[in-house]
Amino acid sequence: MKTWLAQHGRCFSTTLVKLARTPLGSVFNIIVIGIALSLPVGLYVLIDNLQAASGQLSAEPQISAYMALDASRTETAQIETRLKQSPRVQRYRLVLRDQALQELKQSSGLADVIDSLPQNPLPDAFVISAKNNTPQALEALRDEIAQWPRVVHAQLDAAWARRLDATLRFGRLVVLILGGLLALALVAVTFNTIRLQVLTQRDEVEVIKLIGATDAFIRRPFLYYGALQGAAGGLVAWLIVGAGIWVVNRNLGELSHVYAALFQLKQLTPGDAGALLLLPLALGWFGAWLSVGRHLRLIEP
Amino acid sequence: MCPASCLDPQSSFLIHRSSIQLITLSHVSKRYPGGRQALNDVGFTIETGELAFITGHSGAGKSTLLKLLVGIEWPTAGSIIVNGQNVGTLQARAVPFLRRKFGLIFQDHKLLFDRSAFGNVALPLEISGFGAKDGARRVRAALDKVGLLKHEKAMPITLSGGEQQRLCIARAIVHRPAILLADEPTGNLDADYATEIGELFRSFNQVGVTVIVATHDQALLTRLKPRVITLRNGALAEAA
Repeated sequence: MKTWLAQHGRCFSTTLVKLARTPLGSVFNIIVIGIALSLPVGLYVLIDNLQAASGQLSAEPQISAYMALDASRTETAQIETRLKQSPRVQRYRLVLRDQALQELKQSSGLADVIDSLPQNPLPDAFVISAKNNTPQALEALRDEIAQWPRVVHAQLDAAWARRLDATLRFGRLVVLILGGLLALALVAVTFNTIRLQVLTQRDEVEVIKLIGATDAFIRRPFLYYGALQGAAGGLVAWLIVGAGIWVVNRNLGELSHVYAALFQLKQLTPGDAGALLLLPLALGWFGAWLSVGRHLRLIEP
Repeated sequence: MCPASCLDPQSSFLIHRSSIQLITLSHVSKRYPGGRQALNDVGFTIETGELAFITGHSGAGKSTLLKLLVGIEWPTAGSIIVNGQNVGTLQARAVPFLRRKFGLIFQDHKLLFDRSAFGNVALPLEISGFGAKDGARRVRAALDKVGLLKHEKAMPITLSGGEQQRLCIARAIVHRPAILLADEPTGNLDADYATEIGELFRSFNQVGVTVIVATHDQALLTRLKPRVITLRNGALAEAA
């Protein structure tokens, strides 16, 4: 066990030395991997933030419920009690018919026309926000409210929510496809790098095979190299995305001043950042494993 | 995976001493793909502590014979027993452990030019997982033995041909193998260097190491007076 650890430790340090010995080649490889990875990660951050922000925007989906024109005050009050007690309702606003008429008069500039009406054409209405804003939950709540007594019509302003949801889902699909493709690219890049390394170190591999090195021993430095290169690429991707978010946030700061709304991109969570290091590490290891297994077989003393 | 004897060469020494027949070949033939018959029905025994030379004209099968001993090539017929193990039927993953029983010396040295003399000699110890501190002591002892201690930091490319050959020998003995196997060790060296190398072999043999040398260096033969196994066209000519 101690021997094993010592061998791995030594291998790790010689791999670092190897990376450092060809700085330009290593750096370019790592940058290529980093940029490739930063694309899906950047998109992921954007979508994640859009989703978080969509909850904050005032265009939150709402249900409008209209009472019958001849509903009495008591009947309206009964509905109000129900809304107050419903666990699925976040908050609601009651717009009484007289109040609604006043608002219409003030905002529409149709005061004369409205004054000439023989009676108030507007019903009492509730504007309701749900606790759960998924389209399914909103629709269920709307259907429930529509069946309450004296509620004539319940309307869900859901098209917007649906559209956003669909867009975000599409975005996530794009991230997944892009991520999958670039993961493949990472494996391919590592495969090629290791292939070149094995071939340039052909003599060395031959010699250590001759003096009794096991395949695992020969394979180990190449696997380390692939894994380290992948992880370094992940680190670069993290730096690129982090810097991108920082720059965007600085500019958004001015924008949100103008619009008096706070819109800031969040940085990657530690969990995401960890995945961004470990996943390329595993992929790099895998690419190196494929490559070294294939090419070592060709080298026999 | 590895018996205790191959981790501690000192103790494996004693085992080898007690088992007299270290290497036994019987009816060994080797035909290469393409049809060339390199060895034909070769059989002999080498005992522990022997100094044996395998000679013959070039193409007689000397190199093939050495390759068969360490599992680089496989016999097409016959059996090769090294230290009780049948090399011909060894599984691929057991081959590295067979090779660790040998110290290999090559005509072209096969040194690694990206590391120092010290690094080259340390290689067999790294491979068998030796501790760094204990290892360094052994590496210096091996370098001292071949007279290269003051060059431990030198890169192999800066050493002369004779020094490179001695470095190769240091690498072959650092893990204290029971058997030294040399393929044309003096092939590229002038007479003085060749004599030095011969003396080294004699000294290893004197402390109990079995030394097998494939060569056609007559001067070396007359100096060391070893047992001689002569090959002629892939067959045994005489086994003195």
